[in-house]
Amino acid sequence: MDNIIEVKNVTFEYEDGSQKDIVLNNFSLDIKRGDFTVVLGHNGSGKSTLAKLLNGLYKPTSGQVLVDGISTTDEVTEIEIKRRVGLVFQNPDNQLVASIVEEDVAFGPENLGHSSDLIRQEVDEALKAVDMYEFRNSTPHRLSGGQKQRVAIAGIIAMKPDCIVLDEPTAMLDPKGRAEIISTIKKLNREYGITIVLITHFMEEAVDADRVIVMDNGNIVADSTPKNIFNNIDLLKQVGLDVPQTTELLFRLKQGGMNITTDVISIEESAKKIYNAIHLEEI
Amino acid sequence: MLKDITFGQYFESNSFVHKLDPRSKLLLLILIIVSIFVAQNAFALSVVAIFIILSVFLSKIPIKMYLKNIKAILPIIIFTMIINLFYNASGTILISFWKLTITTGSIYRALYMSARILLLIISSAELTYTTTPNELTDAIEKLLAPLRFVGLKNAVHTLAMMMTIALRFIPTLIEETQKIMNAQKARGADLENGKLIERIKALVPILIPLLISSVRRAYELAEAMECRCYNGGEGRVRMKQLKYSISDYISFVVVLVVMAVVILINIFL
Repeated sequence: MDNIIEVKNVTFEYEDGSQKDIVLNNFSLDIKRGDFTVVLGHNGSGKSTLAKLLNGLYKPTSGQVLVDGISTTDEVTEIEIKRRVGLVFQNPDNQLVASIVEEDVAFGPENLGHSSDLIRQEVDEALKAVDMYEFRNSTPHRLSGGQKQRVAIAGIIAMKPDCIVLDEPTAMLDPKGRAEIISTIKKLNREYGITIVLITHFMEEAVDADRVIVMDNGNIVADSTPKNIFNNIDLLKQVGLDVPQTTELLFRLKQGGMNITTDVISIEESAKKIYNAIHLEEI
Repeated sequence: MLKDITFGQYFESNSFVHKLDPRSKLLLLILIIVSIFVAQNAFALSVVAIFIILSVFLSKIPIKMYLKNIKAILPIIIFTMIINLFYNASGTILISFWKLTITTGSIYRALYMSARILLLIISSAELTYTTTPNELTDAIEKLLAPLRFVGLKNAVHTLAMMMTIALRFIPTLIEETQKIMNAQKARGADLENGKLIERIKALVPILIPLLISSVRRAYELAEAMECRCYNGGEGRVRMKQLKYSISDYISFVVVLVVMAVVILINIFL
């Protein structure tokens, strides 16, 4: 499998008046085509900056970001890179441009100058992909947070991207909206083959990922499968991540000397694990 | 209090007027307004009035909706009537007291002027009832498009984009205002009582957070638009293309006939 995005020795600095703030220092990362990658990190770990570097919204201070081998600093291909790597933000309200759902989804393809028939087709497909087709004539402010965020995702899909980067898309949503978004993202990855980079601080959203990257202070502190990462609860706690309650329980049981692993999240699986562990001890 | 604010009074229906191209509706409204002002006497004005009343029936909007609109500007109509009642001195004197006189001419004038205002309100209301704000924005963008030949290349697109975004964010900002008001009330702010000056002062802690959050929204929206390949309208194609149909041409012919009749009545009566 080839790499869709290559981040090579990137340093990124903010200039806040006279003070320089180094967010990323000599940072490297490859994203494989078709992968579902989750980037975990608490606030200020540099993960949002990373998201904006991936599609050229921010330009690296030094080093380079390559999308399909093209540098994001190349001004000629700037629009094409933004089409290939779509970016979804945290607040759905601040991403929607038009006051009718389908017109908003059409915004991207309209900017690309497609013919109006093709735009109509792309919009319909995108709305169906996120299960919002029946709301196409609705207005964003009548929708729930999860629905608005799905419209925002549709707005990106309509441009037929190869990769979608989502910067904490669930941070402002209720549990129901969060579940909607995560299942939509998985569907896009599995059924449509779109490469997904999900940036989040909810560890439970990483369960079904192909690869989990843990960031802290602008550095990658772990890069492995969800199973391996979740078995290393100490590390997750060290970098200030919230651990789901079930995992926390398993972790404490393990600390208490029980022979148990912490790589599951759902309540049933945890219960089964604890049951088995107790059973084993009795024998 | 804030949820009563509705921008754009679009009323969903499937009438002949709804289906007209928004550009036609805008242009037709301008022609009708011109006719209202061109009409010099009651006969000419009644021709316009008949046309407007017929179009109101064609729009399939409940008459109640129009009455609501008229009620809102009733004070202005009454004020105009009273001013005109004492202004004109032609015709026979009916009542005269102190320095004020009411004549047949002045009654005619008062009725004529208020009829004009009524017709203006009804015809403009019909446009907003039958056209969504988005359609209006599109129509304005298309109608102003020729301005690009006089060096205002991006101005028209920018104006239309600003209108679209403003319409999109009105409900969001109203919601936000409500939230900030509740937050300030929870901190003990008194927004309802006190003298005018005090109440205006009480608005400051609402407007400042609203302004700051709007600026932040604007930044985020700009980034999101950039991520969706927005490039200032260059090479942009709209999904919904406006098209004139046969009903648009028919409407133009009818309105032009009305205008011609008004002018003829002006000349010969």
